[in-house]
Amino acid sequence: MGRKLDPTTYVKRGPGRKSRKQKGAETELTKFITEGDSDRFTDENSEWLKPAKRKREADHIDDDDDDDSDSQWEQEEDEEGEGQKKKGKRQLIENDDDDDDDDDDLVDDYGASEDSGEGEKEGESDEEVRQKKLQEVMDQETDDDDEEEEEEEDKDGEKSGDEDMDEEDTVQVNIDEMDTFKLPKAEDIAKEGVMLVDLQTIHQRIKDNVDVLSHFSTKREGGKDRAEYLSLLKKDLSTYYSYNNFLIDKLLEIFPVSELIDFLEANEIQRPVTIRTNTLKTRRRDLAQALINRGVNLDPLGKWSKVGLVIFDSSVPIGATPEYLAGHYMLQGASSFLPVMALSPQEGETILDMSSAPGGKATYIAQLMRNTGVVVANDASADRLKSVVGNIHRLGVTNSVVCNYDGRQFPKVMGGFDRVLLDAPCSGTGVISKDPAVKTSKDESDIQRSAHLQKELILAAIDSVNAESPSGGYLVYCTCSIMVEENEWVVDYALKKRNVKLVPTGLDFGKEGFTRFKERRFHPSLKLSRRFYPHSHNMDGFFVAKLKKFSNTVPTTTVDNGIVTTILVEETEPSGDVKVQSDSFDEEKPFKAGSKNKSKKQKPDGKPVVSQATANGKSAKSIAKKTQKNENPTVPKKAKMDNETEKVDKEINKSNIVKTDKETSKEGSRFQKKGDKQRKSHIQSKKRIGKNKFNKLKKLLKNEFGNEHL
Amino acid sequence: MRPLTDDETRTMFEKLSKYIGENIKLLVDRPDGTYCFRLHNDRVYYISERILKLATNISRDKLVSVGTCFGKFTKTLKFRLHITALDFLAPYAKFKVWVKPGQEQSFLYGNHVLKSGLGRITENTNQYQGVVVYSMSDVPLGFGVAAKSTQECRRVDPMSIVVFHQADIGEFIRSEDTLT
Repeated sequence: MGRKLDPTTYVKRGPGRKSRKQKGAETELTKFITEGDSDRFTDENSEWLKPAKRKREADHIDDDDDDDSDSQWEQEEDEEGEGQKKKGKRQLIENDDDDDDDDDDLVDDYGASEDSGEGEKEGESDEEVRQKKLQEVMDQETDDDDEEEEEEEDKDGEKSGDEDMDEEDTVQVNIDEMDTFKLPKAEDIAKEGVMLVDLQTIHQRIKDNVDVLSHFSTKREGGKDRAEYLSLLKKDLSTYYSYNNFLIDKLLEIFPVSELIDFLEANEIQRPVTIRTNTLKTRRRDLAQALINRGVNLDPLGKWSKVGLVIFDSSVPIGATPEYLAGHYMLQGASSFLPVMALSPQEGETILDMSSAPGGKATYIAQLMRNTGVVVANDASADRLKSVVGNIHRLGVTNSVVCNYDGRQFPKVMGGFDRVLLDAPCSGTGVISKDPAVKTSKDESDIQRSAHLQKELILAAIDSVNAESPSGGYLVYCTCSIMVEENEWVVDYALKKRNVKLVPTGLDFGKEGFTRFKERRFHPSLKLSRRFYPHSHNMDGFFVAKLKKFSNTVPTTTVDNGIVTTILVEETEPSGDVKVQSDSFDEEKPFKAGSKNKSKKQKPDGKPVVSQATANGKSAKSIAKKTQKNENPTVPKKAKMDNETEKVDKEINKSNIVKTDKETSKEGSRFQKKGDKQRKSHIQSKKRIGKNKFNKLKKLLKNEFGNEHL
Repeated sequence: MRPLTDDETRTMFEKLSKYIGENIKLLVDRPDGTYCFRLHNDRVYYISERILKLATNISRDKLVSVGTCFGKFTKTLKFRLHITALDFLAPYAKFKVWVKPGQEQSFLYGNHVLKSGLGRITENTNQYQGVVVYSMSDVPLGFGVAAKSTQECRRVDPMSIVVFHQADIGEFIRSEDTLT
């Protein structure tokens, strides 16, 4: 309209420039218009021209605005007539926010102030208004009330949202259940048209909902159970962060609610760019210097890595500097350092990387080995292998072989590797920040398919490891996913199916893996695996587990043998128990890796299947006791079968017992040999209760035989 | 994967000797084991014997790369040296050319080296001699053929080519596909 009549008065800022001015004008006018005239105008049109009624919160239910049917201000009229509750209420309430309450009575809306401002918002608010009209047509008053109250909450900001909202619902409308369930409907329709404003509302509602859920007992509203809040939260999260429902459900199962919000927020932003120095060609400090000279802002990655650098910003493209082209560094995510660090390849070993594209981990392995030994970099996709070859040559790796097999075929092609790294193809739920398509494209069948493939791959990987390797026998399984089905479940499956056990990864940070999840129970050693999350470690979501293979034999059937062995066990139970205690001592002692080899050699072939099977069959539970028990009866049997002297028998018994202890004990106790041999004598003396019986029998037999001879 | 025939070996060694002269035997007899050349899919790979043994387990159609690829034989049986051989050529190079920092990028894009970008050049470089190109900080950038002998380089005008480009490390990005 015009400029302010009184420049000294300050009109509180609200949305819209012109509306502010207009309101400013009108605020001035109010001073000149007396209160008595508020209900009607004073000109000759007063009969049919009625001023807009103030839509106060308290009034709107009763204030049907039916009075305005003759109003010239058709917009208002329409809105009021149809949108009794809703329509402009939102804007009006927002106007209330602007503290123009007093003005609203006298203010002619022009249909503009309802928009909460002219200009940009006008169009939207019109739409909003129309949407509201739609809503009203579809919904009942109660819904309107709910939304209003929501907005009240939003305004207030301090209330625990859902709770108060629900409370007011119950006060005004006595259909609590209906209110919350109807809400989604209303909002769905609203959200189709309206974007920005509702997103903020949703965000606020999410926060409030999480707040209530975190302090449920104190902040909950009586009569509403947790499921209702959760279902609303799920819907809001899917909408706000653009996830499909399946993924939100899965994530809610993994994370507590407050952490889930952090996780989702972290997935919206990129992780920092990190590079790995190629120590075959340069040192980190030289590289850092050279890059700084080019104008790159960087920092060391952290104290857990000696070769990592994180790039903050750069004036040159990091992927195209002469240092990059000369192979001084490689662009690699921080989480990709971890499995190779866990694998810790030694010089001169033979290593297999089953899923190596684009080659970051394979080249890291080669650099750790200083180009000695052999790295076999395999990938099932021929296209992606080109990048592997390129990176290998660029970084100056000379000890590599690149091949294009399906990982599941690998044991047939070549086996006997010292270490194997399996970075299994997965659903990618840990790298959502790199690939937002994962949010909407994954569903149950994808996860199941991935998990199936991963199980096959991990078994093939285990079969490719040589358990008797002098310096290795390790497999590292990792994925860039946070789903339990692809991580702990696969590792647990491997533990059941093969002679492997979990060992510490050597990574001292990161969350421990789950040992139980929903209805599943995993092996307790799963807590040695590590999980990494974007929101807590600022790297891509990742899972790393390190397994050690302790026997090359593949268990065929476990059930039958298990039954058989349990029968045998009975006689020697006490000794078995004693053995368990000894194990716990022995694990602390240094252990030569070669001892396992020796023990295996000594073991005659007749019994390995049984013992191994038993070992495997029990692998899912506390094996040590049972397998030891199994071994005891077999040992004296062997001694008899082999027709060896008593002394030799005892030695073999000792070694066999030692062997089984090592094989079956789960907790990374490589350092058992000396301890076992040292300790066993004491323990065996107790065990010889059982053995001595056999020995006595033998002696008896020999004496008889001798007597016969005589 | 098969060993090179005599003809192929001769062709390849001729090409290599353009750059590193008689140092080829240093490539074969190394202190950390014997290395050899093998042919696979028309490409020559340089590998140690230990890797060779392992690589024979892999079937021919599945094997993509072994050790380091030096180059490939064209259909007309000429040998073309690839940039991937740079790491082995650079230490034994007999004739070297250093490029100024401003011209580095240009060379990395595949352009020839002009006189204006020439920093240093080894003495007694003949014309059409194979040279290895370095940056001023002694980082090998690629190799090429000297277009002019050292004497001529001194005399010639700044816009003329002094080194013909043959391979540079920018190819790792530009032509990643052709490396395999």
